[in-house]
Amino acid sequence: MTSDSHLEKMLEQGEFAVTSECGPPRGADAEVIKKKGALLKGTVDAINVTDNQTSVVRMSSFSSCVLLTQIGLEATLQMVTRDRNRIAIQSDILGAAALGINNILCLSGDHQKFGDHSTAKNVYDIDSIHLIQTVKHMRDEGKFLGGEELKGIPKLFIGAAANPFADPFESRVVRLAKKVAAGVQFIQTQCIFNLERFAQWMEQVRDRGLHEKVHILGGVTPMKSVGMANYMKNMVPGMDVPDALIARIKGVEKDKRAEEGVKIAVETIQQLKEMEGVHGVHIMAIEWEEMVPRIAEEAGLLPRPQIA
Amino acid sequence: MVIGEGKPIKEILAMIEDRSKILLAGCRGCVTVCCAGGEKEVGILSSAISLARQNQGKALEIKEVTLERQCDPEYLEEIRSIVDDYEAILSIACGAGVQFLAETYRTTPIYPGINTNFIGVTQEQGVWTERCQSCGDCKLHLTGGICPITRCAKSLLNGPCGGSSTGKCEVDPETDCGWQMIYDRFKELGCLEQLEVIIPITDWTTSRDGGPRKIVREDLKL
Amino acid sequence: MRLSYPTSIKIVKLPCTGKIDVLYLLKAFQSGADGVYVAGCMEGDCHYLTGNLRAKKRVEYTQKILDEVGVGGERLAMYNMSAAQGARFVEVAQEMTEKIKELGPSPIKKQKSEISKQESEVKGQKTEVV
Repeated sequence: MTSDSHLEKMLEQGEFAVTSECGPPRGADAEVIKKKGALLKGTVDAINVTDNQTSVVRMSSFSSCVLLTQIGLEATLQMVTRDRNRIAIQSDILGAAALGINNILCLSGDHQKFGDHSTAKNVYDIDSIHLIQTVKHMRDEGKFLGGEELKGIPKLFIGAAANPFADPFESRVVRLAKKVAAGVQFIQTQCIFNLERFAQWMEQVRDRGLHEKVHILGGVTPMKSVGMANYMKNMVPGMDVPDALIARIKGVEKDKRAEEGVKIAVETIQQLKEMEGVHGVHIMAIEWEEMVPRIAEEAGLLPRPQIA
Repeated sequence: MVIGEGKPIKEILAMIEDRSKILLAGCRGCVTVCCAGGEKEVGILSSAISLARQNQGKALEIKEVTLERQCDPEYLEEIRSIVDDYEAILSIACGAGVQFLAETYRTTPIYPGINTNFIGVTQEQGVWTERCQSCGDCKLHLTGGICPITRCAKSLLNGPCGGSSTGKCEVDPETDCGWQMIYDRFKELGCLEQLEVIIPITDWTTSRDGGPRKIVREDLKL
Repeated sequence: MRLSYPTSIKIVKLPCTGKIDVLYLLKAFQSGADGVYVAGCMEGDCHYLTGNLRAKKRVEYTQKILDEVGVGGERLAMYNMSAAQGARFVEVAQEMTEKIKELGPSPIKKQKSEISKQESEVKGQKTEVV
């Protein structure tokens, strides 16, 4: 065990892990995060909090993770390199570990063009792969990037994202290999709607033996409506939403479409459970966190196993 | 070369609002090649400003001059004898030229008539695109001759990110994904295995982040 | 063809409208023209292949400048016609003349008299009015 992470324990125990995420509020109301976290208690092994996702300013992932930790939940700090340089990053890594946060997801981050402050300067001092290396270096070597020794090892379970649906397809597994070489321990993928393409990617992953070096959690998002499906298909880069899926949702009556979305999500999880090398699922129910317990239940993921 | 583009005329007119006699200085260097500040552009801008000022009923005398370059002191000397006849200089050279004029003619206000945008190339006639961010530590040999700092919107050294879609950057559907281009180049060169190499963290001290830069060649100093 | 067209039109001949420069068009307004139009060959019939297409783009660019300086891009226009279309030439001449009549004299002209006043007020200094 490299950290005190509950998620790490579950994965090392060989359990099929379940994680989910919370979107923090666009304001200083701590109750929002606490309420969202409470909805997920007992349902998931760790809760991610997004980090100014799509460059829209929200309460920081760091502070939200602290709030979750304070109410007894296992939090995963998402950290993008878009907004912070290596000085701030290393500083936050120390702070997160000090405040009992056990997991970190290392990301480059959506470009600020997408958000509400597109005139900001972007940082990108280091990229997501460097960030993985940084956490590992601090944890396993006990040193800062500059070479000086640090006192008080930050024990964090290191995660990153993978997107089998972005281009160029052939380079995606290479990037995963690079992240593994950098020291990543768990991966959460972009939401999977095209199971065929995902299966192809997993085959490439297995060919390289990467499934034995890193725990892959497949991303699953329930579709609420045809509008949402179309939005994700056309407006979100790196997302693959097959026409067949949109047709399936369209095929049911309007008031039954959300149900169908949940059904599809559950089916996806069941298929992921059967795939060699997939060690868990990351349920991203965007602004629909209350659905997560139900999806987990219907997919046969509850109750969560106990730690041995 | 350095690529720039003329500022909106309204902005320029506001700068010279209270002037009645100005020197309009172009440059035969980079800004001529990118059609922003050469002799031709001096003529056009002079004509446009004159029409605008005539329209406002405020007389303006404009002396048009195009220097060989505005980034070498010898060429700036060429206007020393006439500079004091004018209230201000409107320079349509790049930012370096505008500043050098300001340093050379300390009691004359200097105004920038163009925005200096980037170091780039002529993609085709009338189209210029960015290529170099002058990071001071060129890594082009590691990425097949395509700069990840400039051509990737996130300056990733180990891209592509998850937003790369059909060869385009998530930032703009018209912008090529820098890492798709690097991937394609590795393929063309038959060295796709280079994609597996982790390019280490950048030392930004040689770029703007390290502070204003300077190069000294002792062997060339007089 | 011996057709007559308005006497207020001054013709500047070029071998091809592709020779047009943004500067020529601006200078025309500077020297007091109330309106300028470029008469080029029919698109697709240019002897130099794309001269008239380039002229079109330069005319559009100049129209923007004219709008920005308060002269008005509507005082500049591009027309296409073949050398054989004498009647069309006259038609265009009349159309343009009518349009400019309606728009009135170029806005810089009424300011010119203001500038002359300014000139006489400035004593002892030689001011060249552009």
